[in-house]
Order: sequence, then C-alpha cells, then structure tokens
Amino acid sequence: MSQIILNGRKVVGGVTEGEALVTKQMISTWGGVNAVEGIITERRHELRGQSFKDKVLVFPAAKGSSGWSTVAQVIRLAGQSPKAMIIREISSLTGIGAVVMRVPTVTDLNQDPTEIIETGDWVRVDADRGVVEVTKKG
Amino acid sequence: MVRLARDEQEMLDGKYGRAQQRAMEILVQYADALGAERFVDTNNVHLFVGFHPYPDMIEILDGDELASKFLLDSDEKIVVDQVKAFNTTHIWAMDLDRWQIMGAPESLHKLMESIRKYSIRTGISLTATCTPYQVGNVPTKGEHCAWTESSAVPFCNAVLGGRTNTEAAHSAFPAALTGKIPLWGYHLEENRRGTHLIHVEIDINSVMDWYLLGYYAGEVSQLAVPVYDLKIPSVPNISMLKGLNSAGASSGGIMMYHIIGVTPEAPTMEMAFGGNQPKAILTYGESERRQTYDNLNSAKGDDVDLVNIGCPHYSLEQLRDVARLLEGKKVHENVNLWIWTAYQLKAIADRNGFTDIITRAGGHLMTDSCPLNTNLFPQGAKVVATDSAKHAHYAPAIGGLDVCFGTMAECIDAAITGKWRGELR
Repeated sequence: MSQIILNGRKVVGGVTEGEALVTKQMISTWGGVNAVEGIITERRHELRGQSFKDKVLVFPAAKGSSGWSTVAQVIRLAGQSPKAMIIREISSLTGIGAVVMRVPTVTDLNQDPTEIIETGDWVRVDADRGVVEVTKKG
Repeated sequence: MVRLARDEQEMLDGKYGRAQQRAMEILVQYADALGAERFVDTNNVHLFVGFHPYPDMIEILDGDELASKFLLDSDEKIVVDQVKAFNTTHIWAMDLDRWQIMGAPESLHKLMESIRKYSIRTGISLTATCTPYQVGNVPTKGEHCAWTESSAVPFCNAVLGGRTNTEAAHSAFPAALTGKIPLWGYHLEENRRGTHLIHVEIDINSVMDWYLLGYYAGEVSQLAVPVYDLKIPSVPNISMLKGLNSAGASSGGIMMYHIIGVTPEAPTMEMAFGGNQPKAILTYGESERRQTYDNLNSAKGDDVDLVNIGCPHYSLEQLRDVARLLEGKKVHENVNLWIWTAYQLKAIADRNGFTDIITRAGGHLMTDSCPLNTNLFPQGAKVVATDSAKHAHYAPAIGGLDVCFGTMAECIDAAITGKWRGELR
C-alpha cells in the first residue's frame, strides 16, 4: 500500500488516526450541519447526508456564519466530533472552531490535502509535529 | 507561538482576575491556531451572546455558568465583573418582546431573560442585530475591530475600511474582556488586497442584483478577496451592500472585497490589487446571473405560506418601501408575513407610521432576531418567500423549507395572494 507524507503545522495539538472523509467544498457548520446528529445538511453540498463522526475530516476552508465555533462546540458536547481535521486554508472561523472542538487539527500543508487524500484513505494525524501520513485505500 | 506584550502576559498570569485570565488563555490558543505573531488592541467588539442553535440542549440557567460554558468554553464557573471593550450584540434567539408570535417556548424566554440580566450587569449592549452599522457601531477606516456576523464583517472591512476577521462567540467575548484580538488576517494590510478579478458585464442596479452577484462571487472565490470591475458604473447603497455582503458570506467566506471606484481601498484597479497578480479572472454575465437565481430557488410549486424578509435586518429605506407596498393591502389568510429589523430602526418605523401600516395589513414587524437561528418558523410552514439570498441559502438546511427567492415587491405580492409569481427579469 502506498504511503504519502504531508508536512504542515499544528492548529490544535494531539495525535490520532482514522478513515478520511474528504470534500473539495467549503463547510459551514452553522446552517450547514446537524450538530447533534453529526451530519452535513447543506442543500447543495456534496457531503449532504454524510456523517463526519470519528472520521478525519479533510476540507478546503470554512464558509458562512460566525456561528461556526458555537456549532463546533455543540458537535463536541453531542459526541459527534471528527477524530481530526485537516484544513487546506485556516481562517478565523476554523481557527477558533478547532480550539473549541478540541480535536487534533493541521493546516498549511505542503500539498493540497483535498487533492492528495481521498475518502476512505487511512490517515494518521500528528498535529503536534504537523505531519499527516496517508495510506491509500485498496 | 504568539508573543505577548506585558499587559497580555499579566492577564494570562491572572493578575487581573480569573475572567481575563481565561479569556487570554483562549485568545492565545486561538492566535496559535491561526499562526498569529502578536495581538492588537481593540475597542470595538460585535458580540454573539444571546443566540444558540440548539437551546434545547442547554440545561443551565445561571448567567455566569452560561457565559462560562458557552462563551469561555469552561466548565468552571467564571464570574465576569465588566467587559472592557465597547460592544454591540448580534441577534438573539428570539424577538425579545414578540417572542410568542415566533412560537418560542417559555423555556427559551427564561433563558433569554437570564442572558439579558447578565448582559446588563456586565456591560454588554443589547443592540441585538446582525447590522451593528445601522444602529451606531460604525467603525472608522483603520479601526481594529472584533466582529461576529458574517454579513457585517465585509461592511466593516470593505465598505468602511475598518479591520476585522469574522469572529465567533468564543473569540469575540474574550476580545471584549481583554481588549485584544490576534493581529492576523484582515487586520494586516497585505491580506486586504484583491486576489480575484470579477468582470461584471451586466447592469447591477437593484437589491436583488447585488444579492445575486454576491452569491455568485462567494461560490467561485471561496475565501478570496474579490475585486469587482463594473462595466456599467453603479454605486450601491446600504440596502444593496447588505445583499452583496450577506450573500458572499453564505455561499462562500468573503470577508473583504473591493469595488473599483467605489470602496475606500480601491480607487483604481491597481490599488485594489496592491501588486497582487489575480489568481483567477472571472466574468459575471447574464448566464451566471440566471444560474445563481436558479440555485437559490428550490420551491417546485407556487404556493407560499411564509414570507420572511429583512435578512440582514431591513434598512430604514427598506422599511419605508415595504410599508408603501402594504398600504391598504391585506396579507392572505394562509400566509405569515414576518419583517425583520433592528429594535432601534423599529422605533423610527413606529414614529413614521410604517409599523401601523404593516400591522393593519396583517404583517408583523419583528426585531432582535431571525427565525433561522433557533429554527423558529411558523408551525407547518413548507415554502418561504424571501428577498434575501442568505435566507434562501440557509432555510432549506435549517428549517427544511423550500424557497422562492425574488424581489421585495414579489415577496409582498406573494404575501397578499399566497402565490409566488416571481421571475428573473
């Protein structure tokens, strides 16, 4: 099985691994996610209906409401958190959102994670060192 | 790691009490998450305190415990004396006076009462609007702010030349407590310059046109700083800018943009880009406008049972216009008409007679809130008509509603007839 290493930096520390759930579309937690069920609900989103619980969620950036961190906190309190987040481009919304979701999170990787990682790949996130190890599925 | 000034280190060490210490702890984590090198002072915070999308899961009622858990992300009870920075507040969970019209439960009223008393005690201003710039919070060019509300942020940045990122409940409250925010993103000159060029080939001259342009731009430019080059010159007013700003922050994450010859940091295209090469050059014409309109309209039939307008909160001009459209008319028996504005603007609408006209027609002029934030739509509502692309974007996912998007006049026509007869002209 082929393995790819991506190098970036820590947003929130910690080490974990899990199966990737990848989208090339931005995510709005408030108004785009059902936080207590842990699923994407935005009408035209490619992940609509999918659960991110216990996945390594890979996405380009946050969009939408400033309620991002409020919903991120609900996701955590409801036990629906992803195992980790890999974010192509950090913003104020994902920065504070990751802090209150309290899951290992990385950004500023040397390659676009939404291009390299595919849904179903196994991903180890060492956020403390900013290192992502991707094992391709199959 | 963010470098701390002496006062910041003292706050973190607890010299000024536990509340400022906890606030600084979050701000340091946040600054490190962003990769910020230091903080900047702010005395202008638009807070997010009276609004939570899942009020049913909130089991506590004590104001200090609520703020500790939901604003300072702490299970330890932290008592705040007074917040430091000048502030306004974003919308609350319900109209604080007319909550029963929204069908809000008594439990939510009790929760809001607790937060209201906490706010008064701690120096939080009860503006309760998504449009702080309409009610006395008008940043100056260069002023460092910490604003929540995605539609208000571009007004601060692009329209007024103030400086803010889109802050959230957990960053804005610590900013108000400490008077500090990470010096990062749109606080820094180099990040405010244009990144994407959008050639606008068609005439943009109505509120709906500006909503559609913003919704298109958010979808194609994501987190970028678009530069609008209008082939046919047009100067948007406050009602139109609310449309552009809120739409671009719904379909995307636009916090800053330039309109060449209109917005203060873009007298010319050269200055708008400030040396940046555009990462993409896009064209907005008739087909992009049509596609955007179709993306926003999700209703299949023509029956409408709710008309919800005033997202973001209606301007005084829009309140005047909607009153003119409703003068002598009656809202259809199958339809609820909710019109949203800021408390302060409603006071003027009361004086000017607009509120009476709306009420006589059978509509409701509401304040402080919006049905999206706690999913408080009229019972049984299936199809909502709105003149807001932001509302059209969120209503399907939050309320499970189908949407008819159009102009204010088309929405009022639907309120009177119960039928949607809007079309793209």
